[in-house]
Amino acid sequence: MTLTSAVDAAYLVAALLFLGALAGLSRHESARRGNLLGITGMALALVATVVLAVSTAERDALTTLLLIAVAMSVGAAVGIWRARGVAMTGMPELVAILHSFVGVAAVIVGINTFLGEGQTGAAGVSQRIEIAAGVLIGAVTFTGSLIAWAKLSARMRSAPLVLPRRHLLNLVVVLTSLAVSVWFVVAPSLPPLLVLTLLALALGAHLVASIGGGDMPVVVSMLNSYSGWAAAAAGFMLGNDLLIITGALVGSSGAILSWIMCQAMNRSFVSVIAGGFGADPVPGTGDDDEVGTHREVGAEGVAEMLRQARSVVITPGYGMAVAHAQHPVARLVERLGELGADVRFGIHPVAGRLPGHMNVLLAEARVPYDVVLGMDEINGDLASTDVVLVIGANDTVNPAAIEQPGSPIAGMPVLQVWEARDVVVFKRSMATGYAGVQNPLFFRDNTQMIFGDAKAKVEEILAALSP
Amino acid sequence: MLIGIPREPREAQAIVAATPATVTALRKRGHEVLVERGAGERASCPDVAYAEAGAGPADRAEVLAADLVLQVDAPTTEQLDAMRPGGAVASLMAPARAPELLEALAAHGVTGLAMDAVPRISRAQSLDVLSSMANLAGYRAVIEAAHDYGGMLAGQVTAAGTTPPATVFVVGAGVAGLAAIGAAQSLGALVRAFDVRPEVAEQVESMGATFVSLEVEVGGGRSDGYAGELTEDAERATQELYAQEAMTADIVITTALIPGRPAPRLIDAGTVAAMRPGSVVVDLAAANGGNVEGTVADERVVTDGGVTLLGWTDLAGRMPAQASQLYGTNMVNLVTLLDDEGHLGLDLDDQVVRAVTVAHAGEVLWPPPPIAVSAAPTPDRGEAAAAPAARHTADDLVRDPRRRRAVVLTLAVLAAVGAAFAPDELRMHLTVFALAVIAGYYVISHVTHALHTPLMSVTNAISGIICVGAILQVGSSNTWVTALALVGITVASINIFGGFTVTHRMLGMFRRAES
Repeated sequence: MTLTSAVDAAYLVAALLFLGALAGLSRHESARRGNLLGITGMALALVATVVLAVSTAERDALTTLLLIAVAMSVGAAVGIWRARGVAMTGMPELVAILHSFVGVAAVIVGINTFLGEGQTGAAGVSQRIEIAAGVLIGAVTFTGSLIAWAKLSARMRSAPLVLPRRHLLNLVVVLTSLAVSVWFVVAPSLPPLLVLTLLALALGAHLVASIGGGDMPVVVSMLNSYSGWAAAAAGFMLGNDLLIITGALVGSSGAILSWIMCQAMNRSFVSVIAGGFGADPVPGTGDDDEVGTHREVGAEGVAEMLRQARSVVITPGYGMAVAHAQHPVARLVERLGELGADVRFGIHPVAGRLPGHMNVLLAEARVPYDVVLGMDEINGDLASTDVVLVIGANDTVNPAAIEQPGSPIAGMPVLQVWEARDVVVFKRSMATGYAGVQNPLFFRDNTQMIFGDAKAKVEEILAALSP
Repeated sequence: MLIGIPREPREAQAIVAATPATVTALRKRGHEVLVERGAGERASCPDVAYAEAGAGPADRAEVLAADLVLQVDAPTTEQLDAMRPGGAVASLMAPARAPELLEALAAHGVTGLAMDAVPRISRAQSLDVLSSMANLAGYRAVIEAAHDYGGMLAGQVTAAGTTPPATVFVVGAGVAGLAAIGAAQSLGALVRAFDVRPEVAEQVESMGATFVSLEVEVGGGRSDGYAGELTEDAERATQELYAQEAMTADIVITTALIPGRPAPRLIDAGTVAAMRPGSVVVDLAAANGGNVEGTVADERVVTDGGVTLLGWTDLAGRMPAQASQLYGTNMVNLVTLLDDEGHLGLDLDDQVVRAVTVAHAGEVLWPPPPIAVSAAPTPDRGEAAAAPAARHTADDLVRDPRRRRAVVLTLAVLAAVGAAFAPDELRMHLTVFALAVIAGYYVISHVTHALHTPLMSVTNAISGIICVGAILQVGSSNTWVTALALVGITVASINIFGGFTVTHRMLGMFRRAES
C-alpha cells in the first residue's frame, strides 16, 4: 500500500460520509447524526490531504505543516466565531458570504494550478479548459455571493438594478468570456486568465444586482449550486475525485433547491436569473383594482378572537424575521395552547430569504417542529380553521394568484388563508408586497388588519391574553 | 354618541340588540351606552352583566331619548313618541310593507335605519342582519323538524335491523337554506336541495347535498342577489318537482322569499296530503304568508294526513343568546359605519347608508335607488390579460416541451462527443461526476423543506473541501503559489468550521412537542 492509495481510500470513505451526511438531513430525527457524519468525513479528508501535502512538498516538511496549521487555525477561528455569533435572522447573510469563500478559493486554486503546472507546459488542453471553467464559475460565485450578502444584510438596496439592455449586456460578457477562455486554452499565459477572472467577477456582480430582494431564496440556492460546480471544476483540474464528488453533491443540492423555489413562485429559473422582476410597470394593477375598504382591529380585539378560537394557524413571512417577532410568537403559541386552542404554522416554500428560513427561526424560538407544516400539508385544513394570523407575509397569501388570471403572480401556489373563518393580517402599512401586486385578501369580509411592528403587536396580544 | 338599547316592545321577541360583549365593543369606540332594565333578560344577559360592561341600567324614557336607538323589532308609536326629534332608530322595519311606520318616523323627525334594507353587496355583509339571522333560522329549522319527526335522521345498522337515513328536502339555497343543508347533513340525513338559480348548485354540492335539477330553463336570478319570480312554464315544471320531491321526503324545509312581495306558494294542499304520515314541513316564509299551503304563522298544525306543518317565525329567537350576539355585532358594524367623529353622520352618497335610511329629517326616503350586485365575474380586461403573456416569453422557451427536448438532446450529444475525444483520465472523472450528480439528486430530493436551511449550511461546509486543492499547493516552491494557497486554505477553513458549527447550532434548536 502506497501513501497515494491510502489517501485515495480515505477520500473514498470521506465521499461516502458526505453522501451519508446529506441523506441524514432528510429527516429531523437523523439530521444531527448527518452533521456528525459530515464532520467525520471532512476530518478524514483533511488529515489524509495534509499527510500527502507534507510528504510531497517541495520545501521543508515542517514549514509546510506549520503554514497549513496557521492558515487553517485562522480560518477555523473566524468561522467558529461567526457561526456562534450569528442571529438566526441573519442566516441568509451568513450562507451567502460562505458561498463567496468557496468561489474565491476556486479562483485561487485555478490560478495556482496554472502557475504551478500550466506555465511549465505540463498542463494539457483539457486541464487548461478545466482551469478556465473553474476560474469562471468561481469568480461568478464570488461576486454574486458578495452582492447577495450585501443585499441581504441591507448594506445595499434590495431593489433590482435595471441597466438598459441588461440581457444583451450579460450575453456580451458571457460571449467575451468564452472568447477569452479560448485564447487562454490556445495560448496559455497569465493575462487572458486574469482578464477572464475580471470579466467573470463583473458578470457575477451584475447578475445578482439585477435580482430583487424577494427572489433571494432562489439566488442563494443558485449560488449554493454554483459553489458546488466550482469545487467540482477544481476537482477536474487537480484530478481529485473527492472534490468532484463533493462538488457534484453540493451542485445538485443547490440546483434542486432553486428548482423547488421556482416552482413555489410559479416562475421559470430563466426568468428569475434574468432578473428585474417587479421593476417593469405591470398594467391592470393600478388603483382600479382597489377592492374595497379594509377593517382595522386592535390587539385586544385579536386577543378576544383568539380566546374564542379552537384552531389557529399562523402563516409567517419575511416580515416576522425583520421584526424579530419569532420569540413573542412562540410565547403566543404556548399561551394559546394553555387556553385549549390547536395552534399550527403554515410555511410557504419561499417565505423568508432562504429556503427553510422560517423553520429555523421558529426552531430558535423553541417552537416544536411537528406543529410547523408546509403549504401543501396545511392548505386542506385552512377551511376548518377559526383564526389565521398572517404575520409579515403578503404575496404568499394573495388570493389574486388563484382568482385573477391577469395578475403578475397568477398561478403561483399560495396559502389559502381566506378560507378560514377569520383572518388577521399583521402589517406595517397598506403597501404592496415584493411583487408589487395589490392583495385582495386585505379587503375580504373575514379579514381584519392590525398595523404596526409585528413584535410589539404580538406582545400586546400576549399581554391581553395573560391570565 | 349616546346609544340606547330598549327592552323589545314585543314580549315574544327574545333577541336583544346588544349584549355585554357588544356594549364593550361600542364603548371602546368611544360611545356611551344605556340599556333599559331587563332588556337582555330573555337572551340570558342580566342587567348586572351590562353594568359590568359599562352600560348602567336606565329607564325607558332615558334610553329612547338617546342619539341612536338600537332594537330588533320596529319601534311602536308609543316608543316613537318618547324619541327625540333628530334622533335615530335602527331595527328591522320591513319598509316595503309598512308605509305607515315610515310616515310616523318622518312625522316624528326621527331617522329610521331599516336593517332589513341592507343591500346584498360584499361591503355591507358585516351589517346584514337578515343573513346572520337566516343562518341561525336555517339551523334551527332542522332542529325543530328533527324534534317533531318521530325518527332518527342518521341511518343505522344494528343487530335488530337497518334503519335508513331520513330524507330532507330543502327549497331555496340562500343563507337559511344552506345553513339547513349543513345542519341536516351533519345530523346524518340524506339531503336534497333545489333553487331556481341554477348557479347555486355548486354551493349546494359543496355542502355534500344533492342538487335537484330541472329540465326547463328557469332564469330566476335577479341582479340584487335574491331569487325572482318565475315564468309560467318554469312555474309548472317546478311545481311538479316540488310535489315529487316532497312526497318522498321525511322533512321538507322551505326558505323561498322574494323581497317586498308575499312569499311564493311552492307546495299546495294536495302535495301536503300526499306526503307520508309523520313527515314534517318547516316553512321559513310563514311570516310572509308561507311557501306551503296550510301553514299558519307561529303555529304547529297537524293535517288530517298526519303531516306536521311548522310555521315558527321566531326560529333565530329560539337561540336568543347567540342571535343577540350576532345581531349586536351587526349593530356595532353599523355604528362604525355611521360614526362621524363621535356624532351620527349620514353620508347619503354612500350607497349602503342610502339604502338603509328609510326616513330622515322629516322625509320618507324609501325606496332607495337600485344597486346591482355583481355576482358574475367581471369580464377580463384585454390588455391586462395580454401583457403577462408577453412578459413570459422567456419562460415559454424553457417550458415548451418540444424545445426542451431538443435542448436536452443537443447537450447530451455534445457531452458524448466531448467525452469521446477526452483523455482517459478525464473520461473517468466525468463518469464519477455524472454518477455523483445523480446520487446527489436522489439524496437531496428526500430532504424535508423544514431542513433546507441546515442543508444549505452543511453543503456550505462540505464545499469547503476545496481546501484540499489549496493544501496540496502549499508545498510548491513558487512563493506566489504558496501565498495564494494559504489564502485559499484560510477562506475554505472558514467555510468548513463555520458551516458545521452553525449547522450543529441550528439542528440543536429543532425539537419535538413531547420532548
